[in-house]
Order: sequence, then structure tokens, then C-alpha cells
Amino acid sequence: MSLKTCCIKVIITSALFYGPAFLIGADMPGQAGAQKSFDSFKKNNKIDELVLRELKSRDTPPSETCSDEVFLRRAYIDVIGTLPLAQEAKTFLGDKDPKKRAKLIDRLLARSEFAVYWSMKWGDLLRIKAEFPSNLWPNAAQAYSRMVKDRLQNNTPYDKFVRELLTASGSNFRDPAVNFYRAFQERTPRLLAENVAQLFMGLRLNESGLSESEILGLCAFFTKVGYKPTEEWKEEIIYFNPDGKPLLDKDGKPVLPAPLNGKPVEISPVTDPRVVFADWLTSPKNPWFAKSAVNRVWYWLLGRGIVHEPDDMKPGNAPWSGELLAYLEKELVTQNFDLKHIYRLILNSNTYQLSAKSNDWNAEDEDGFSHYRIRRLDAEVIIDAICQITGTGESYQSAIPEPFTFLPNNQRAIDIADGSITSPILEMFGKPPRNTSFESERNSIPSVTQVQHLLNSSSIERKIVYGRLLQQLINQRKDTTSLLDELYLKILSRFPTQEEQKLALEYLTDTKRRTNESASDIAWALINTGEFILKH
Amino acid sequence: MAKKKKNSYLKKKITRKSFLKAALYGAGGVIFTGLFDSKAFGQLLESKPRARSVIQIWMWGGPPHLDTFDPKPDAGKDYCGPLNRPIDTNVPGIKIGQLLPLLAKQADKYALLRGMTHGNSGHETAAYMVQTGRKPGGELVYPGMGAIVSLFKGQPPVYKNDLPPYITVTTPQGRFSECGFMASKYKPFSTGGDPNREPFAVEGIVSETVSEDRQKTRKEFLKGIDSFTRGMMEDPLVKVIESCQEQAYSMILGEARRGFLLNEETKETRDLYGRNKFGQSCLLAKRLVERGVPYITINYGGWDTHKRHFETMNQKLPEFDKALAALLQELADKKLLDSTIILCGGEFGRTPRILWEDPWYGGRSHFGKAFSYLVAGGGFKGGQVVGKTDSTGENVIERPIYPWDLMASVFELLGIDKNAKLPHPQGLTVYASPFTEGVVSPKETGGLLKEIML
Repeated sequence: MSLKTCCIKVIITSALFYGPAFLIGADMPGQAGAQKSFDSFKKNNKIDELVLRELKSRDTPPSETCSDEVFLRRAYIDVIGTLPLAQEAKTFLGDKDPKKRAKLIDRLLARSEFAVYWSMKWGDLLRIKAEFPSNLWPNAAQAYSRMVKDRLQNNTPYDKFVRELLTASGSNFRDPAVNFYRAFQERTPRLLAENVAQLFMGLRLNESGLSESEILGLCAFFTKVGYKPTEEWKEEIIYFNPDGKPLLDKDGKPVLPAPLNGKPVEISPVTDPRVVFADWLTSPKNPWFAKSAVNRVWYWLLGRGIVHEPDDMKPGNAPWSGELLAYLEKELVTQNFDLKHIYRLILNSNTYQLSAKSNDWNAEDEDGFSHYRIRRLDAEVIIDAICQITGTGESYQSAIPEPFTFLPNNQRAIDIADGSITSPILEMFGKPPRNTSFESERNSIPSVTQVQHLLNSSSIERKIVYGRLLQQLINQRKDTTSLLDELYLKILSRFPTQEEQKLALEYLTDTKRRTNESASDIAWALINTGEFILKH
Repeated sequence: MAKKKKNSYLKKKITRKSFLKAALYGAGGVIFTGLFDSKAFGQLLESKPRARSVIQIWMWGGPPHLDTFDPKPDAGKDYCGPLNRPIDTNVPGIKIGQLLPLLAKQADKYALLRGMTHGNSGHETAAYMVQTGRKPGGELVYPGMGAIVSLFKGQPPVYKNDLPPYITVTTPQGRFSECGFMASKYKPFSTGGDPNREPFAVEGIVSETVSEDRQKTRKEFLKGIDSFTRGMMEDPLVKVIESCQEQAYSMILGEARRGFLLNEETKETRDLYGRNKFGQSCLLAKRLVERGVPYITINYGGWDTHKRHFETMNQKLPEFDKALAALLQELADKKLLDSTIILCGGEFGRTPRILWEDPWYGGRSHFGKAFSYLVAGGGFKGGQVVGKTDSTGENVIERPIYPWDLMASVFELLGIDKNAKLPHPQGLTVYASPFTEGVVSPKETGGLLKEIML
């Protein structure tokens, strides 16, 4: 397609279809337009300078900054996994403060749901689940998840958090961090080392081009992890076992522990090698530790790692921008491993706040950050959002181990500690089984089954028709315009456009149906829009 | 136009667009092209395999082999309890439990595997072994048989159908993730609802309350109001949602949903299967097989009878007998049994010796050392018994059959090549058949069920 026809098409489609919420402004034709996209790109912080430099070098003009409506919804969903309430949306949209986005980011980072939502993500990576294929046991899973949530709530420095996991000793019930060493199908030094490398260094040991002796050296740090039962049912003690059997190399000689970028170390027999390893790993000089952490946060917020995938940072898998990655790494280290600082930097950047709407030149940009990457909401977030809108609950249960576990109906899905506790809807929408620590285990690709469920399942239908909050709203309002405003704010976090209002009013006042039925249908339709189920 | 640097590792790059391009009904979902393309993995052994579909009757909890397919009337009261008079079948020499008179008339259609064993008596581990044909351990969590079958037999060009290729009636099997390490699109579609109720609401497909007219009105309104989707159609994910909606509606308003409409069957047929949830589930399975669905699981719980065992058998076995007998008969009459494998059993058996003591008072516990399966159709010969247990049904003494033996036999009948690979998200080489990987110890296999495979 020539540039000219392409631009004409964009202008026409813009004119026809875009409501103000996703208004992107008319693209100017040709090189001038491309240049203007670069020029008008706001530089909120250092991230934006580095991103702009990279985009220019790739000749990929960025999209425009997103609207307040889009930003509001995006920030709530990305930061706390929760939809804004209608009132919160109204307040934010009406706020004239030019700093309101930064202020909202601070408020969201301070909310308790931040710790809840991110402990869900960490629960996935740490595979926190009661049983099968790893066997933590229900109360250990609960304790472990509570510990993670607590550290997030207190914003414990990331190096301290990881150190706590790696060096923990004690009971799985009373010293929950020890469960790190229990969430494995098989507890071999090799599997422990593989998992540690993947989680905290972003390296897949077997695919990272390392020699077998380098890998063995790393595994050797984990040969003295001891496990023993107690008199209490399913209690287990993790301890430093000085008699742990050393690994043998191919000549049958014991392997000395060796950090990846260093020489083998002699560790005194009374020193726990895990402590030596944690010292090395969490050192500000470690070339993988901080880098993989910031890359993960970037991936979580923008849907793609600067190195992608975020748990595959092997040599040769080049970062999209090395400078950007180095900058964030340095920020994490100099700010004492304060991960929230990294969240704040990214969220405040214009890069994060770009529209998802591609422009004429960046639609093909699939590896980069010229526009916001559209993704489906997490399974837990979707169902929580629908429950919040309708004022209903979901039931979650676990059939393993017996006796079954049932959670009360007001349980939020993002706050389920134990991965064994689930529901058919969560499964259908791709809640990860917590079998592995791969980020890709969470599958958020939409499917016909999911879409069908939202369109036509008795469970969603019941929530809409009998949901306390939704029906209250429908019953209270006499004035149709404000009813529509409220429905839109509640479900899509914005006001309807004029065109939408017109269509909805026609539907609402159609005498072929009862008004309540029509209003429920409108709520149903909004829940089934792409705008609702996608982060954008 | 924008020029881009290519990351070197992305040589085999799947662009996000192509990655998301083809949306297809699946247990469900979206077929990935490239790395996850089933075609790269779905090599079929024969152009005309014997079996097309599998109906798995998953009796979770563990049915008692002594009271069903491996009776031991001479073992005495402590083993048989009140069920000590097994009955003759229409195949001379084969006897089955006395509460299965209708199945007794059809023994020529099925084979009894009396040598089943794996030795594990925990629900989770045993279910994992029977469903996946693998032992737990190592790093991988394997997919269940249904997910593997839907990978090989549930996608174009082999399968061109609006119905999902892997359907569980009515709930998922639970206790482990059915798709294992494979993408969640290989998970089953679960019908929900109760097929014995009128109407039978099928989650997402057949609504109890929304009429067809209202469906159409709503659909039209949704199209009109969804300005976001219209405005973002160049985004690959938005396109996927759009196309999923189209396919969803072709189901909700189209022909495929009729597979679930049990009221299209005559009253006589419905009665033949028994007017209860399990009976009508079997009837539903037959309708789905008629429409070519490759894998159907009937998740039939209630077999974990630690207590009130014989009371439960008196209630459950007649309903089981009636429904399964009707299913066998109808599939045979319609010439579908030849191409449909029926697998019937649980994760293990139950203790042959009855627990009379407190607190069980005549219950049976978990038993993984020896148990029975009924298999029929799709190339399995009828009128056969494979394997043998000792006089009390506690040990397999002839021809052991491990879960992987059964699974590999089923795969062979379905025409799944023993060198066929499974799509692993990190690209590991994993074979569909547990034998190909060489992880099965020669001590723990009785081999394929060649003696009963046509």
C-alpha cells in the first residue's frame, strides 16, 4: 500500500469510528507526519529519552499519548488488577490537575491490592499450590503466599526478599520462606539451581549456552539442602545439612560450588553454601540479578520484555535497547533494590502511556514499544471485574488434598493464595496451573470457549440479571442518560460518546422489551466489547 | 516505511500477527501457527486409522473391581460381602458382577482388562498416571490423553467441525491440569449443566433463559455499540476476539449446537439410557460421536466409597449398567462402535478385602496394585479377558497392564504415530507415546494390548 492511500484510509477510518476515548488525532501524511510523531513524543523521564532514541534508530514513529480514560483503566488493571469504581473514574476524569496521572500512580502503588495482585504473580512464579505435582500442603501454601504478600506490602527490598527465600531454614508452616525449596516435583540440586537461575537471573540453564561444568558448579551450591519430617502431620523442616552428598563430575570427583562468572569457591564445612550463593547473587555487581528483575517488571507492565522472553536472557537474545535495560538496572541498584521505584518510573513514562492505536508507520512494530501492547485481561482480573460490576461472588474450591477446600463467596480471585484452589472459569481463562516458573505458563490468548462463556453462559447471565449492584443501579435510575453514564463508568470506566448514547437510548426505550431487560442487555453488551476484555 | 532491526534469536520468529492470526474452535481456542502448529507435530500413522473417537467414562474415586469386572465369589464374605453371585455373560466363561445384568448380555462387544496395575493408591498420583500414561517426577507435567488426542485428531484438516474436539461431560476431570505443559487451548470444553434436565443448559452454547430471537437482537446491538473493536481492527488480538465472537455465534445460533439437544431423541431412546445424569451423559456422548467429536470424557464421580460401599453399589451399578449397555448397543447398531473406543474405569480399584471395622463398617479403600478396565470398540476385540488377578483380586498374576500400555494401545488404534511429538512451549522434544522416550522400565510394562487389537 502506498503511503498516500494508507493515510487516506487512516483518516477515513478515524472519522468514521473513533470515539473520543481512543481519539488519536489525524495523522499527517508522509515523512512530515512521521517526524511529527517523533517531535510530539513527550519525554516524561529518562526512559522516554532512551526509548525515543531507539525508536528513531529503528525509524518507527511512536503513537500518541493515550487519553485520560484509557490511562485510568490501564493503570488500575496493570498496577492493582482491579477495575476503577464508577466514582473513582468520574473523579479522575473530572480532575483538572496536570499532575493527576502521576498522583494516581502513587495512590495505586500504595493500595493494598498492589500487594495482593503482585503476590498472585509471584505465586505463579514460585508455584505456590497445595498439591501436585509439587506438594506444599494447604497451610504451607497459605503461609508462603502470606509471606510474599507481606513483603510486597512492606516493599521489602528485592535483594532482601530473594535472600530470604534462598537462605531460609525451618518449618514449612512457621518459616514460610522455606517453601521455596519444597515447590518441586523432585528435589535435586540440578532442579533447584535451574529454578533459581530462571527466576532470579532470567537464565534457562540448559539453553543458555553454558558448559556442563559451569552448570554443575552452580548446582553444587544446592547440595546441602536438607529435608526432614516432624511429628506434626505434613510438617517439614528445611535445614542446612553439612552431610549433603556432593555432586560428582564425569571423572567422579566432587564438584566445588562456582558462581557463573567466577572461580570455584572453597566453602567451610560449617557454612551453608546457600548463603555464599545468595551473597553472590544479590550483590549489586551481579550482572544478571538486577537486570532480570527490571526486565520482568517491564514485561509485566508492557507485555513484552526488553529482553524477551523475560526468563530467557541468554547471550544472543539481544535486548530491544541495551541502554534502556542498563539504565533501569542501575536505578534498581542505586535505589537499594526498591522494585516499586522501577514500577513508578515505568508507569510515569510516556512510553507506558502511549496509545494502543498504531499509527501509519508502527503497526508492524511487534518487538518494540512504539505503542501500547494490547493483551487480554488476566483470568482472575476478568472474573473479579465482573463480580465487582454486578455485585456478585464466585465460588472457588480445591479438591486436593481431601478434605476439599471451599472459599467464601466474596473471595477475590486475585487474592487466592493457593494455586490448587480454582474454578472452571479461571481454568477456562488460562489461570496458570503453577506447574513451572515460566512466565509463558499464563495463557491469556482469547479463545472461542471464553468468548462464548461471556456471551452466553448461565453463570454470567445470572450475574447480570440477579447481580445486586447492577440491578440496584438499573432500578434506581429514572433518568436514562445518567443510567447510561453510570453503566459506562462502571463497566468501561468512561462516559459514553454521543453516538453510543444514541444507540443505547434507542435500545433502552424500545418498547418491545421491558426497560430492565434492555438495561441488562446493555450491561451485557458492554461486558462483551473488546474494550472490556482487553487491556488497551 | 519503517525498517526494523531483527533480533538474531528471532530467526524462527513467529510474528505476533501470524501467531494470533488463525482463530479456531478448540478446547479452545486459537491455533498458533509456526512454533505451535499442530501440523508440525500431528503425524498420523495411517491414512485410515481404525478409531476416530474415544469415549472415556472416568469413574473417579476408583470403582471396585471385585464388584464389577473381576468378581471373586470363592474368596468369601470378607471379599465379596453381599455381592457374591456373579452372573454369566453372553460369552461363555466370562462372568461379571451380579448388578450388571444388561452388560452381561453384551460381553461380546467389550474386553475386560483384569490385569490393570500401577501400584499407587493416592488419588492425585494415580489419576495423573492413568490420565497421562506417565509417572510423576522430573520437570515436566504431561498432558492427559484427551488433550493429546485433540491435538492429533481435533484440528484441521483431520477435524473440520464447529464442535470442540475435546468435551467433558459435565465438569472437567480436575485434580490436575488436563493440558499439562501444552497450551491451555488443549483443555477440554466442559458442558456444565445437567443433561437430565430440560432444557440442558450448555455453558456458552445453549442458554436456559435467552431465546433465539433475543440472542439475535443482542448480537446486533453488541455489533453496533462495540466501537472499540471496529476502531482497532488492525490489532491482531482485537481481530482474534472478533473472529472468536463470530465463531461463537455460529455455534450459539447454528447447526452444531444440535449435538447437545437431547430432546431431539425419542422418549424411548432417552429411557433406554436411564433418566438420570449419567444415563443422559452417555446419550450425549453418542450424539457427539455421531458428529465426529474425537474425545469425550464423562466425568462420573462418586466411586470413592470408603463408607456405605454396598449401599452405593446397589444404587450406582444399575444406573451404570443400563447406560453403558445402551451406549454399546446403540453404537453397535449404528455401526459406530467399530470406530469408537470406549474406555471405562477409574484411577485405581478398591481394596478387595472389605473394611468391616470402625469407622468404615463395610467400606473399600483405594487400591492401585490391581484393578480392572472395560474397553470396547475402535479396534479392540470384544468377548475377551486380558490379565488375571489371584484368588482374592489383590495381585496381578498374569499379563499386567500398566496405564502406559493402555494409552499407547489407544494411540495406535487412533493412528497416532509412536514417533509423533508434542508441542512443548520451550521447544523440548517430547513424544506422545511414553515408550518412545524410553522412560518405561521393562519391569513395568506388559506391552501393547496386541492380543485384543484388530
